[in-house]
Amino acid sequence: MAIRARVTVTLKNGVLDPQGKAIEGALGTLGFGGVGQVRQGKVFDVELDGADRSKAEADLKAMCEKLLANTVIEDYAVEIAG
Amino acid sequence: MKTAVVLLPGLNRDRDMIAALTTITGQRPHTVWQTETEIPDVDLIVIPGGFSYGDYLRCGAIGARMPVMQAVADKARQGVMVMGVCNGFQILLEAGLLPGALMRNATLKFVCREVKLEVANANTAFTRGYQAGQVIRCPVAHHDGNYFADEETLKRLEGEGQVVFRYAEGTNPNGSVNDIAGIVSHEGNVLGMMPHPENLVEAAHGGTDGRALFAGALGLAA
Repeated sequence: MAIRARVTVTLKNGVLDPQGKAIEGALGTLGFGGVGQVRQGKVFDVELDGADRSKAEADLKAMCEKLLANTVIEDYAVEIAG
Repeated sequence: MKTAVVLLPGLNRDRDMIAALTTITGQRPHTVWQTETEIPDVDLIVIPGGFSYGDYLRCGAIGARMPVMQAVADKARQGVMVMGVCNGFQILLEAGLLPGALMRNATLKFVCREVKLEVANANTAFTRGYQAGQVIRCPVAHHDGNYFADEETLKRLEGEGQVVFRYAEGTNPNGSVNDIAGIVSHEGNVLGMMPHPENLVEAAHGGTDGRALFAGALGLAA
């Protein structure tokens, strides 16, 4: 039994994202009109042993706080599959 | 004067740092590998620059969580002088020993050149060998040196004189907020900076502007 989860880490509002800006510019160069702001983030797919979803969620949040996100500049969201 | 240099896989400025510390103190520093949990009694611990863990996840993020960093944190709490340069600065931030974060350079380009640094506070143990407002030469070499902190943190840093080095007007290479190049902890015994003072300590480097920083940290005449 395993739990599959997806953790999404994104820059907080107000934190400048030069990579997102460059991507935004490149999309315009490719002819995609009407593209507003682009913000770049990270996705982690994590497999966890066991079937206890609430424990998994608590563990994943702790992982985000301790390693996966830098909460000075980033927010995170945890989503458990199924 | 005894010093220690922290070693992590992927750091590459350790040799330069060891050479600089040996030149200044006359003694080779201790080297402390990432898995060690104790650091010898020293006057200054330095985390050098490089690309620990290949900058994976975020610069310094994985290195900051290695066992040696707990030992560095304990020493810092005891008041031992701790200095992080470049990746070492990123590691100190990720370890929570200094506030804020270093992000990708605003230009998105790696910068490797000399900049001018203004000594924003000469009244710290690290910077006492300089005059306030003095402008010194120092090389930078980094991709993620764009210092960021929330407004409240910035206000505190500025208000309490924790900003010790700024990129002199017109030389900010990375977009750092308030031109911040180096900061100290509230207690003043932990310094993080992006530029490389270890590369300007002897005449053969083409200048010795970095020497006073190490001398200050060690309480030596420059």
